[in-house]
Amino acid sequence: MNPAYSVLFFTCLSGAGYGMLAVLGAGVLFDALPADFVFGVVSMGTCLGLITSGLLCSTLHLHHPERAWRAFSQWRSSWLSREGVAAVATFIPAAVLALGWIFPAAVSATFWKLGALASVLGAFATVLCTAMIYASLKPVGQWRITLASIPLVPFTYFGFALAGGMVWAQLLLSAFEKPHALHMPPLTCAALALAWAVKLLYWRQIDAQTNVHDLLDATGLKENWQNIRAFDSPHTEQNYLQKEMGYRVARKHRDFLRRAAWRGGGVLPIVLLLAGAWAGGLAASVCALLAAALFMLGTLIERWLFFAEAVHTSSLYYDDKK
Amino acid sequence: MTSLPKRSKNAKKLGLVIDLDTCVGCHACVVSCKEWNTGGYPAPLSDAQPYGREPSGAFLNRVHSYETANETSQRTVYFPKSCLHCENAQCVTVCPTGASYKRAEDGIVLVDEDLCIGCGLCAWACPYGAREMDPVVGVMKKCTLCIDRIYNENIPPAERRPACVNACPAGARHFGDLGDPESSASKLAAQRPAQEPLGDLDYRPTNKYLAPRKPKSVTSAKPLEPVNRDGGGGFIGWVDAMLSKLNPPA
Repeated sequence: MNPAYSVLFFTCLSGAGYGMLAVLGAGVLFDALPADFVFGVVSMGTCLGLITSGLLCSTLHLHHPERAWRAFSQWRSSWLSREGVAAVATFIPAAVLALGWIFPAAVSATFWKLGALASVLGAFATVLCTAMIYASLKPVGQWRITLASIPLVPFTYFGFALAGGMVWAQLLLSAFEKPHALHMPPLTCAALALAWAVKLLYWRQIDAQTNVHDLLDATGLKENWQNIRAFDSPHTEQNYLQKEMGYRVARKHRDFLRRAAWRGGGVLPIVLLLAGAWAGGLAASVCALLAAALFMLGTLIERWLFFAEAVHTSSLYYDDKK
Repeated sequence: MTSLPKRSKNAKKLGLVIDLDTCVGCHACVVSCKEWNTGGYPAPLSDAQPYGREPSGAFLNRVHSYETANETSQRTVYFPKSCLHCENAQCVTVCPTGASYKRAEDGIVLVDEDLCIGCGLCAWACPYGAREMDPVVGVMKKCTLCIDRIYNENIPPAERRPACVNACPAGARHFGDLGDPESSASKLAAQRPAQEPLGDLDYRPTNKYLAPRKPKSVTSAKPLEPVNRDGGGGFIGWVDAMLSKLNPPA
């Protein structure tokens, strides 16, 4: 599938943003984060900035963005519509969470905690909807992949959202030299390890996938024929389907990109965070910044592969074996 | 609404029956489809730079050309592909805006182009690749089963069929109500049970492909008699032919 830049940036940025919202919400819920004005402004600003910029990116691949408001209407059947509804609805508890942090007098402690809880749930629901847009598409075998009949795609999205949220929260805590930062590195490292472990599992499973369709299935000719090949193209130029479904560049460099993603975006940030925790002070902040940047870069590569490695049944008809 | 309509088992299911044994791969259906729908609603099917360096555009019907083989024989199969108007059309349910819909009254799957945001998710949800984004208008295009022909009272009744069916010179394309077991289309489909393309995905296509009949095993033909006789033509040739009849060569 074509990895449109708008969708890549959307899923990476707002994924990390919703992960961060969940982390901040949980932190407030368990009194594990500083109830500090500046920290509240910066952390909620970063979190909502990530979410909003991601959501704005997602409208860039629409041919008619002026009609995008209509996408809130079909939540009964469409995961894309549900995602739109969940994304916008989550802004309400997120605003309560931000308000309670910045103007503690404006909201009661209970209401603030309720906002934090709803933020966690909203973030979870939005990431689930994003993942289900892809995991519900029957023509793409890779996105339907399971392990012991558990679908893996939603868990990769949860994993990366959580790890992203932890990495960013870690960065802000160490930048503000909050003592809370000291407790974070092991948890952040665990989240990173979990995210990439699920991804490695996903890659292993799609490589071993056996129930894939071929051209005989696609044409319904399997009963009487064993071999089939296209001897002529149905049209002279590449059409929409081939541009949209038949993406090849990333598939060619698949193994290299996978290694670069999990080592650069997983192993290296873990090492940096542990080193930073050991060194402390400014070094911890620099390490956390590098770890966040590397993780985001690794996620971008991972997301590019997620789309590019996915093969759509409609490309079978073109019998384009390369 | 992009939820699928509740339809009874014997509801009207308009669709095509395509005989892969008869199709000669002439692409007349592709051309007639493009021609009719370019004049149709609400914007022409785009055709950018048709004679230029990079022609692009949207088609609602494409013909693929294949060679197939088994142990005993081989043949060419032409595979025309347009929307199959599935009963379980996931292209409809994934649509976030309500632009994609399946008609309750006859099962035709359509796009309301005024509601389409051009996100392309319906094309991702179609396993057959039956939908194409119009690169000029920026909305999704698909086969309408020529809804503006089949119910059109301004054209002669005999022509109230999809343009591709009217154009097919081989008689490989048939149009009818596949929900009515007594319709000619249903009877034709029943004679030649076909394997559904990607049937395990459970989209339940309305259109039917009649698979090429099971090939007969070919018995080897007798070698031809030599044409060039000894003695050439003329009188000597005739003598040779006569003598050969009396005294056949071993």
